[in-house]
Order: sequence, then C-alpha cells, then structure tokens
Amino acid sequence: MTDTGAAERALELAEETRLPRRRRWTRRRSKEALLAYALLTPAFVVFVVFIFYPFARNFEYALYKTPPFPGLPRTYVGFDQIGDVLSSHDFLNSVWVTILFLLYTVPIGIFLGLALAVLAHQKLRGVNAYRTIFSSTVATSVAAASVIFFTLLNPQVGLFTYWLGRDGEISVLLDPKTALLAVSVTTIWQNLGLSFIVMSAGLQAIPDDLYEAARVDGASAWRRFWRVTVPMLSPTIFFASVVGGILAFRAFGQIDLLTEGGPNQKTNVLVYAIYREVFRNNNDGVAAVYAIALFLLVMMLTFFQMRFLERRVSYAR
Amino acid sequence: MSRVALDGVTKQFGDVVAVDDLTLEIADEEFLVLLGPSGCGKSTALRMIAGLEVPSRGTISIGGRVVNDVEPKDRDIAMVFQSYALYPHMTVRGNIEFPLKSRHVEKQDRDQLVADAAATLGLGELLDRKPGQLSGGQRQRVALARAIVRSPLAFLMDEPLSNLDAKLRVQTRAELIELQRRLAATIVYVTHDQVEAMTMGDRIAILNEGRLQQLGPSQGVYAKPANLFVARFIGTPPMNTVRGSVHRNGAGISVSLAGGMVPLPDDIARSVAARDVVEVVVGVRPEHLVMSHDGAVRALVTVVESLGHERHIVSRLEDGQMIIVRQPSDEVAPREAEAIGLVADPVHLHVFDAESGERIEP
Repeated sequence: MTDTGAAERALELAEETRLPRRRRWTRRRSKEALLAYALLTPAFVVFVVFIFYPFARNFEYALYKTPPFPGLPRTYVGFDQIGDVLSSHDFLNSVWVTILFLLYTVPIGIFLGLALAVLAHQKLRGVNAYRTIFSSTVATSVAAASVIFFTLLNPQVGLFTYWLGRDGEISVLLDPKTALLAVSVTTIWQNLGLSFIVMSAGLQAIPDDLYEAARVDGASAWRRFWRVTVPMLSPTIFFASVVGGILAFRAFGQIDLLTEGGPNQKTNVLVYAIYREVFRNNNDGVAAVYAIALFLLVMMLTFFQMRFLERRVSYAR
Repeated sequence: MSRVALDGVTKQFGDVVAVDDLTLEIADEEFLVLLGPSGCGKSTALRMIAGLEVPSRGTISIGGRVVNDVEPKDRDIAMVFQSYALYPHMTVRGNIEFPLKSRHVEKQDRDQLVADAAATLGLGELLDRKPGQLSGGQRQRVALARAIVRSPLAFLMDEPLSNLDAKLRVQTRAELIELQRRLAATIVYVTHDQVEAMTMGDRIAILNEGRLQQLGPSQGVYAKPANLFVARFIGTPPMNTVRGSVHRNGAGISVSLAGGMVPLPDDIARSVAARDVVEVVVGVRPEHLVMSHDGAVRALVTVVESLGHERHIVSRLEDGQMIIVRQPSDEVAPREAEAIGLVADPVHLHVFDAESGERIEP
C-alpha cells in the first residue's frame, strides 16, 4: 500500500511542477509575440501612411466631383461620376490600350528573356561577357532607355527610321499606327535584363543530371527544351508573367517621355491617363475612378494568372 | 554482342588528369565494377562511355563500333544516375516511356514495353504517381525501369545505390544482380563502396588517381592485391600493413618490424633477394592473424570492439603502428592494455616493395 501512496505523491508532484512550467512557457510566448509586433510596427506604419490610407481616401475622391476651379467646394455625386467615367470613350480607350500594351510586351519579353538565357547558359568561353550585357538593362533607368529609343526613332537621324525605310515620313512615335508598338519595343528592351536574370536563375536551378539523362534517353535538343527545360522552368515563367504583367500595368516613364499618351490617345494607358487627369486636367475625382478601375484590372489579371496559368505550372523538384 | 572496350583512354580537365591511359574490356553480359575512392576518375570513365564527356585521347568502342564521335543517344546505352535524374514533372509512366517516345516507338509497342518494364521492377501500381510521391527505393526502381525499357546494349550505373539506406541497399543489391542475370545484361557499375563491388561484380577494376590499379575477379583482387593501394582499399577492416627492413640470415630472409622479426617464406624470400629491395611492407589481413603467447611480433591491445559474431582487437606495435586482429567471438578476448604476441601463417603474408608499392610475387 505504501507503494501506491508513493506513486500518488509522485503524480501530485509532477502535476505541481508541470503547471508553473506551462505558465512560464505562455509568458515567454506572449513576450515573443510582443517583440514580433514591435518589430512589425515600422513597416506597418509606412504601409498605413503611404498605401492603406491613400487607398481608402481614393474611394472617397471617386464619389465627389472636382470643381472646375480650385478653391470651390467639391460636390458629392455618389456613383454618378463612376458610371459616367466607366462608360466614357476615353476610359474604354485607355483600358484597351493598356491591354494591348500588356499583350505586346509580356509574352515577347518572356520569350526573348528565355531565349537569351538559354543561349547564355552554354558553357562557352567569354559567355560571362554576354551575361553582363544581357542583364545590363536592369541598371538602365527608364529615362535613359527612353532617350536612347527616342534618338533611334528620330525621323531625321534615327537608325531605326533608316532601317525601317521610313525616311521622310512622320515619326514612328507620332504615327497612330505605330506609336504603341514603338513604346512596347522600348519597354521590352528595358525589361529584358530582368527577364533574362530571372530566366537564367531558373535555368541554373535545373539539375544537369536531367539533361544528361535526356541526352542518353535519346531526346533531341528541341525535345529536351520542350520536355525538360520548359516544364522545369514553368514556375519561373509564371513568376515572370506575373511580374511582367504588373510592370506593364504601371508603365509610365517611357510613355511620358516618348509620346505623352498620344498620338490621338493611342498610347494613353491607364496609369498615364490618371496622371493626365490629376496634373493636366486637375480632375481628382475622375482620376480616382481610373485608379479604382486599374486596381480592379490588376486584381482580375492576377486572378486569371493564378487560376488558369498556374494550373499548368509544375513545382515538383 | 555488347562488348565495351576502352583503349588508352585519357581525360584531362585543364591541367588535371582525371583518367590516365585507361585500357579496359568489358565482355558481353559481364557485370564490371569500377571501384575507387572519390575523385579517382571512375565516374569520368563511365561518363566517357556514355558520351557525356569526350576523351582527350584513346578510343571507346561499344559492340565493336568506335563511338568517340557518336552522340550519347546513338550509342545504344542506358544510364542510371546517382540522383536517379527522374523527370519530376512527369508521372512514373511518363518517365519510363520517355526514351521510347524520344525514339518514336509506336504507342501500342510503347504501352507493352512500359508494362513489361514496370512489371519486372514491381512498379505496376505506381505508374500514375509523380516521382515526388515515391520513396527512395521506388524512385531507384523507376530509374532502373527507364533504363531497361528499351533493351540497350549496355547499362551504365553511377553509384545507383548510394542514396538508399543501408538495409534497402543490401536488398536492392541482390535484386540488381538477379536482374542482370535475367536480362543477360552488360553492366558497367561505378561505386566507391567495396562491399558493393565485391558482392556484385564479375570483375572489379580498381582506380586511383585516374589510373587502373588492378583488374580481376573480386576474390582474386582480395587474395592477391597488386599493390599497397589495393591492399589497403579492399577489405574491412583493412589489411594490416607494416613497414620493415630486409635482413638476410643465412639462406633465409627475415623482415625486421617494430614488434619483432618475421621470417619470409622461401618463395617470397627468393623474389625479394632477386629484386634486391631493402625496405618492404608486410601485409596480413586481420582474419589471418592469431594471438599467441609465443608470437614473434609483440603488440599492446588498445581497444576491443565486439561485433557480435566476431571481435576486432585493435592493438599497437611499439612504434605506434596499428594492427587489427579479427577474432571469433567464442574465443577468450584479451583485456585492454594486455601485451599480446601475433602469429600469421606465412602463406597469408603479402609483401610489397616499400618504394614502388608493388606486390612482390613469389
């Protein structure tokens, strides 16, 4: 009987020691959580001041009509302004131009980045020089890139004008048929460095074994590319398409410097239209509606990419 | 005929000679193991046979045809990689049929061949899984299935078992030998594991620093190592090797070691005398040493390792050289720090030229 007594006492003792230990543990946990929040605060403050608050205020702006002259009171119009803007020709044109710009720049940008990355992935003497050259546009500012292309496309002295056989014709940047294409080419060139770096990193993560196995298995270079490289690179390609899409949606500098949204609004993408409404037309209300539309468009694009593109992505390693 | 032959094959990477003048012939249906420590050139040799590396000099032929300038895909070989190199985005079926699809085999034949290969390796249930969902052993079998599916002239295997755990490795080793017999396959197998080499190979080619050290059946390599490198590399625990100087006493020759004098048997003594060597290394395998009170070589026991079925008695000569004795576990074990005498049957002595490391044959 003394044995059971001893066992019971031991159990009680264990119970007693366990409880405070758990309490001590939770205290340490809450201390850690407190520290975590403290460390998050600076970032959170920045986000609130520069992102969340302006984002919320933007919705308010969309509900008020901006007066024709500064100083006059703005008038509350509810959803009227939103409806007017969304059905306006200018807005629909901007949406269409933005989509065209996205379609021109993203797929070609990814394709060229991948092609250059595959070329530079060869084990050749001096290939590092090419790697540096191909990635150099990352270090080029939008302004510099735009000035380079502005010169190349100059109707009198531009090299591209000569190559395209457009001597004596109107500038490519002023021709409604070609302006958006010209801006797109500039953008593709500007983003090529990033695309190249991302694709190169993706290629380097593919084990050499797989290519060697495929070579022994009898796969041609073409088949190795399509059946090994592309599937293994699909997460990278997906990432590049998401980033490329975002970059296309927020393109501003090259348009401002090359065409200012013209000719005849043919390059007036949404971001540029927002800028024009605020700083040229002083129309904050209309600009706010454009901004909301841009936000929704980006969200839709991301949803589309997640839903339909990512399904074809293989993350298996 | 799937004979594989290397003739004077050398591979240089810059200043580094990875494989140095390797001449080797692998017979039809032979299981040849390339064995050596890491960096000895065995994998490079295999990769040259596969066509993944181009030899700097020499010729490689497969099935009687020189293949130096032939693409890997046209050499009619299959390779199993250490990492298995399965295509992670394809199912098991996709992986196995990849070599067939690359060669434009008709769908009907393809399905049949994949089913056969999968059945041979017991993968029937797993055909629709992805490699990521398989265990290490299963992945290894998929890699094998991908290799056997198109019945190549020869199989090249680069440490295919090294990613498996010890138990599975022993099991897979036996299965691989069975498979080789069943398919009557020619296999060139690279490993650094001498147990794998001894158990699997019809013959073993031992490489060190790019050079072929010895080629022969496993028992022959074990019984008569051609040089000190092979003697020390093959066998666990390794052969005891002790350096000593040659002493002539009348007609016979003895070797003076740190722990005492060891007389050499007459036939070896004659060879030693004929070669006029001064310093030799005497080798004896742990299982050929017997502890005896009147043993001529004296040593001090430092550690007694018990393995259940046997013991390893680790001892040191007076100059600190380590000697390991293998002792059946039913004998009385010595105590640590006990002084022992060691005796070996002269027929089990290996004598090497201390300078060149070459074996001195009787």
